[in-house]
Amino acid sequence: MNNFDYFRASTIPEAVAAASAPGAAYLAAGTNLLDLMKGGVARPSRLVDINRLPGLDRIEPLPGGGVRIGALVRNADLAHDPDFARRFPAVAEALLSGASAQLRNAATVGGNLLQRTRCPYFYDVASACNKREPGAGCEARGGDTRLHAVLGWSESCIATNPSDFCVPLVALDAVVEIAGKTGRREVPLESFHRLPGDAPERDSVLEPGELILAIRLPDEAAAFAAHARYLKVRERTSYAFAVVSAAAVLRIEDDEIVVARIALGGVALKPWRPRAAEGMLAGARADGTSFRRAAEAALEDAKPSGDNAFKIVLARGIVMRALMLAAAGTPERMPALPASPFALPSGVLQHV
Amino acid sequence: MGLSISFNLNGVARKVELDDPRVTLLDLLRERLDLTGTKKGCDRGQCGACTVHVDGRRINSCLALAVSCDGANVVTIEGLARGDVLHPVQAAFIAHDGFQCGFCTPGQIMSAVGLIQEGQAGEDPERIREGMSGNLCRCGAYAGITEAVIDAQRELAELDRRQVA
Repeated sequence: MNNFDYFRASTIPEAVAAASAPGAAYLAAGTNLLDLMKGGVARPSRLVDINRLPGLDRIEPLPGGGVRIGALVRNADLAHDPDFARRFPAVAEALLSGASAQLRNAATVGGNLLQRTRCPYFYDVASACNKREPGAGCEARGGDTRLHAVLGWSESCIATNPSDFCVPLVALDAVVEIAGKTGRREVPLESFHRLPGDAPERDSVLEPGELILAIRLPDEAAAFAAHARYLKVRERTSYAFAVVSAAAVLRIEDDEIVVARIALGGVALKPWRPRAAEGMLAGARADGTSFRRAAEAALEDAKPSGDNAFKIVLARGIVMRALMLAAAGTPERMPALPASPFALPSGVLQHV
Repeated sequence: MGLSISFNLNGVARKVELDDPRVTLLDLLRERLDLTGTKKGCDRGQCGACTVHVDGRRINSCLALAVSCDGANVVTIEGLARGDVLHPVQAAFIAHDGFQCGFCTPGQIMSAVGLIQEGQAGEDPERIREGMSGNLCRCGAYAGITEAVIDAQRELAELDRRQVA
């Protein structure tokens, strides 16, 4: 690990000023950053510790049904907040399907948005990687590409975004509140992460020094609570990143879908929102035929980036299954294995 | 640059001067405070051998900077027993053969105590296994570990009832 200056910020302007210097990085829990620093993948010259910033650790219900989640709220605290989990069950399920209990106890929601890809070539400093070192090339291309992107990738980068949390958040139109040198701004989460293009070194639209203050779910997001699921295929039952995942949330009236929202994880460098597929479901019957057509549309633009055509087939199946489970109803209690496709849909209790 | 931190370690107030901001909580415990019960397995947050409690929550001490723990309340495996009386989770691991080589055991026990305090798993073995998935055991003592957690949880609930009564 390279040496660095440690600075503990006590106010937001102080943090932003300290982190605007070249080479500076914010430190919250550090569960991803310290790992990257130990591997020499990240080499910040200054760490700005934001753990003591006041007011960023609150979950604030908004009057119309939405919620504002402070950037320093720990993943476990959000997932286990009874009111939050009742109103946004797919988000709670996604959080609990990610990492381990120890990591969820430490990791913050702001940090979750900023975690970096787990592409092994990004992590291996002996491999060429355009994300780690702009212009170096991409050794993932033509390498071990089983788990790489099938949507939105470019010749310069085929990595994926590893977050579970962001997948239902994007489906629910979450907004990111940001503070910077020139004031505050808001960015829809869907536009927050960048596709690689020819500048994969930039994960998000954040400018130097900008700090995530909160994530907001709009009032409409609570209307999906009765039909909301997150489903995630992993290479082992627990404590693994998604091979592919999907969030599906529905508003259903008299067996007819009023609004459908879908997002995919593990398929691209950002959580993927297939809006055409959502549009096909509006006004459709909540049945297997509708869901199959939507799942096919959701992956219509998908293209293997290597040895990973199977992910397209798998993602179609997971989208369809997530839609069917969402239509069956949000389970009364969080499943023993959150987001696991091995939990049987039969016996799923209806949410009232 | 000198970094001074004060924290509570196993019930005792400690003040430590750090000469380097890179020191993790794990290395502070093992290398500078001679508390070697907390183990270094992967040192990358993947194995859970370094699990300790910070402010009442189980975390991976290998991924926490010591300097960030200024003012925290830290409990390690050394702080669990009361003198010669083992904590019920420690006793249950022995009773159920919840280990073989023992290297992962301090982390497993600290994680199990955290899991029971979190109160999410109940007695469902599936929920306990899921809640303990951040602790790897290469000897494969998982069956005994799950039984130990269930047993210790009952014992702790019983102790709670007696204290209330």
